Amino acid sequence: MLLIKCPYCEEQREEEEFSPAGQAHIVRPLNPEELSDEQWARYLFFRKNPRGLHHELWLHAHGCRKYFNMTRNTVTYQIMETYKMGQQPSVTASQEVK
Amino acid sequence: MQQYSGFGLLKHSLTYHENWQRVWNNPIPKKHYDVVIIGGGGHGLATAYYLAKEHGITNIAVVEKGYLGGGNTARNTTIVRSNYLWDEASHLYEHSLKLWEGLAQDLNYNLMFSQRGVLNLGHTLQDMRDIERRVNANRLNGIDGEVLSTAQIQEMVPILDCSKNARYPVLGASWQARAGTARHDAVAWGFARAAAALGVDLLQQTEVTGIRRKDDAVVGVETNRGFISAGKVACVAAGNSTVIAKMVGMELPLESHPLQAMVSEPLKPILNTVVMSNHVHGYISQSDKGDLVIGAGIDGYLGYGQRGSFNVVEHTIAAIIEMFPIFSRVRLNRAWGGIVDTCPDACPIISKTHIKGLYFNCGWGTGGFKATPGAGHVFAHTIAHDDPHPLAKPFSIDRFTSGELIDEHGAAGVAH
Repeated sequence: MLLIKCPYCEEQREEEEFSPAGQAHIVRPLNPEELSDEQWARYLFFRKNPRGLHHELWLHAHGCRKYFNMTRNTVTYQIMETYKMGQQPSVTASQEVK
Repeated sequence: MQQYSGFGLLKHSLTYHENWQRVWNNPIPKKHYDVVIIGGGGHGLATAYYLAKEHGITNIAVVEKGYLGGGNTARNTTIVRSNYLWDEASHLYEHSLKLWEGLAQDLNYNLMFSQRGVLNLGHTLQDMRDIERRVNANRLNGIDGEVLSTAQIQEMVPILDCSKNARYPVLGASWQARAGTARHDAVAWGFARAAAALGVDLLQQTEVTGIRRKDDAVVGVETNRGFISAGKVACVAAGNSTVIAKMVGMELPLESHPLQAMVSEPLKPILNTVVMSNHVHGYISQSDKGDLVIGAGIDGYLGYGQRGSFNVVEHTIAAIIEMFPIFSRVRLNRAWGGIVDTCPDACPIISKTHIKGLYFNCGWGTGGFKATPGAGHVFAHTIAHDDPHPLAKPFSIDRFTSGELIDEHGAAGVAH
């Protein structure tokens, strides 16, 4: 079970309080009607699914009910950081420490 | 290939079973193959077998980074059924179930295929409406199915808590009598043995590290044992499909998640069918060895670690005990996880790609085991003819752009 620190509550809590909500930092196109089918499909269905570092969205469902971001390794499941909405990750794949 | 038979068993018993032939050999990679299949699980081996048997292509290598059938083939809950809702999906799974029915004879290998039936329980009025709709759809597609009442279920599975006082009372179920279970390892071994006998090279401990392209066509794969030239490359890598796709700069609409399962200590025979419940989220059967085989839900986060979180196991056990109070003192022996590649519409991708000679069979998510022979069969056709098999056509990767999705979340999302 993952132990997750909610950046809003600033407390380390068990995974059961949270629910994962997929890839983070997906930007909704501002001009959906101008997109091609390929671009729209890419926005709707295609996700990064990396083997390694992943920036993802979590909801503190049974806590403050706020969404936040997390950088996590998808192989070791190690959580590198959690950070608030609107912020950028400080750990990225290029600086990954093995 | 040595034929297996009852007489052979008797004959070998005279020499204490010490002279059995090796089931497959361990070849050194050749320089060139007509088809290289990435992934030596059930689907990959079935693809190789049907390519060799039905399409006359025998210069094939199955490249596997670990050992044969060591991934999801060894990690599923062995359930085989075909009661899917939509025409496209039910035709594909029924094609597979029909192949299952003659597969042990075809491969000359005991798959311990047991058509013990599958019950899908309904606990709410909406569950029952969905079940009736699905059973009717199945019957229109020529697939056997029945709606059972609570009394009929109770008679069939006396240990199931069907009382009115249950927290989630059983209101009815769908029943597919031709569904059942098969020995998962034997499926991989049976296909591997039959494929090897037809001349397929099974390259274990061979990890693909890259795919070489020339212009817009594949020319081979880079592996930890050197470059292997190939006319066609077929990727059947389940949870790692997106990793392979990335090697050619392709993206797939897949997400890899951990899916867990567990077995109990062996018990005397007590459950002679497969019981599934989408609503309380648990499914269970008893293996021939006697262990209760229990499938958990999918972990919501991405994971390549072949393990999941304990709370998912806990929820599953709670559901099983709710349905079968008699199992409350049973001890679990083992729990494990596999990496399942889920598609947004809970249906697989069996497809050509924009790169010439590159094919993908992936996205089976939580339910690929039951499709092993069928998927191998239609995928082999797709590769051999460079044109999708009629049953595989709706499962093209283009459907995510065209919008022709096949939404099987109801029949596939939870129960496997």
